[in-house]
Amino acid sequence: MESTVLRAVDLSAYFGDNCVVRNVNLAIYENIVTTIMGPSGCGKTTLVRCFNRMHELVPDTKVEGKVFLREEDIYAINPMVIRRRIGMVFQRPNPFPTMTIYNNVIAGFKLNGLNLSRTQSEMIVEESLRKAALWDEVKDHLRRKGTFLSGGQQQRLCIARALSMNPDILLLDEPTSALDPQATAHIEKLMTELKSGVTVVLVTHNIAQAARVSDFTAFMYLGELVEFGRTEQLHTAPKDRRTEEFLTGKFG
Amino acid sequence: MDRERIKMRVVKDRGFEVMVILLSLFSMVPLVLILFYILRNGFSAISWEFLTELPRPVGEEGGGIANAIVGSFLLVFVASLPAIPIGITAGVYLSENQKGKLPYLLRLAVEVLQGTPSIVIGIIAYLWLVIAMGGFSAVSGGIALGIMMLPVIVRTTEETLRLIPDTLKEASLALGVPYYRTIVKVVIPAGLSGITTGILISVARIAGETAPLLFTAFGNPFMNVNIIKPVNALPLLIYNYATSPYPEWHRIAWGASCILVGLVLLLNLVARIIVGRWKVQF
Repeated sequence: MESTVLRAVDLSAYFGDNCVVRNVNLAIYENIVTTIMGPSGCGKTTLVRCFNRMHELVPDTKVEGKVFLREEDIYAINPMVIRRRIGMVFQRPNPFPTMTIYNNVIAGFKLNGLNLSRTQSEMIVEESLRKAALWDEVKDHLRRKGTFLSGGQQQRLCIARALSMNPDILLLDEPTSALDPQATAHIEKLMTELKSGVTVVLVTHNIAQAARVSDFTAFMYLGELVEFGRTEQLHTAPKDRRTEEFLTGKFG
Repeated sequence: MDRERIKMRVVKDRGFEVMVILLSLFSMVPLVLILFYILRNGFSAISWEFLTELPRPVGEEGGGIANAIVGSFLLVFVASLPAIPIGITAGVYLSENQKGKLPYLLRLAVEVLQGTPSIVIGIIAYLWLVIAMGGFSAVSGGIALGIMMLPVIVRTTEETLRLIPDTLKEASLALGVPYYRTIVKVVIPAGLSGITTGILISVARIAGETAPLLFTAFGNPFMNVNIIKPVNALPLLIYNYATSPYPEWHRIAWGASCILVGLVLLLNLVARIIVGRWKVQF
């Protein structure tokens, strides 16, 4: 049995009075890819934003229940610390436009005022870019602005930026929804390679993508966690009628 | 019949287009005339001596406006010192807090301040600073001008930062960067060209202000760099010399106008270049 890295217990999240995540109980296992799948507006993005305490940054929001990162209650720890241990990549690539590729990768250190020696930072940059499968493409242009890269490369740059902090978990919030099929394939391949070093949580509304890359899948609908299980099992023999309807394209 | 109609429409369309272009060109006429007159009357007055020497007493030929140029720079410096940090801070606050009572009040205050006549700001500076300090001074003039710079800086900062996508801020926060560092190290650098442009435009705006200086900086025929003493400024010198009865002084006033307009044009040009060059692509 896999060991649990992150566990949500009776987790609910609100925008004002509107409950978008209802009583979710979910375990994320170590060093595998877990997909959170569901139609638009089902609360999947909000759920993962509760995992690194980004949800609370939006005014007038509320989180109930608990989230544990290796037995530590993350809502009892400073959010800055949590966000360094749980990295996040967003829907649209968002490299820092004023920074070079090199500085984008180590932005987590620079912006936090953590000083690195030259050799250290060079090592981290190369290692992170290699992990994100971007090194060969950019190693000769490290001093160029990150925004000169193509969309897919920018997204891998953002993955490298998150990986540089050596997080326990990497949250990918629909990382390919703004990319073309080729760049998408590249990132999907990357996700399966990454899991040996980091636990990956992928949010997607793309059923095929969930099937291609993940080991476990959670299906969410209207804020509820409908079903959770091994991807193969959930995709071939769903237990819940709503899961089956979503998989067969009846809605979503 | 239809063909006739279409022809009429095309003719009307053309006519309208020509009218719009003509009226647009007309808006350039005042500037062209101003530049023409100032250059014609003022350019001949400018020489090395004009820029580096002090004014001479009435009746003596020659002399320069060095004291007014230095004074103007001194006033801009004193004005910028409080206005830039306060203006940027207020602009950041407004862009980060769009709703609420305090932002509403602040926005209203900035708008009213922008509409306040400069002479009124001069009188306030006179009452609060000149009387309190016991005399005219560069500081009081600088503060009066600084108050005039504030609304421009606040608004351009707010407008610039509002255009920066939230995803950029989230990228930084998701790396565990504290909020204040995110603002200082990510948001402000991304909006730097807009903020700098706002500062330059605000300086261009105050460089030619005369009214707030009449009872604050007051004017001074000698060179002065002491900020608690009265100081001369280009617009003050123009005002005083142009209203004098001496033709020689009129010539100097034209020359000073030429330099002042040149400086303002230069500031606007630099601002435009910065907008183009430092453009940040998201």
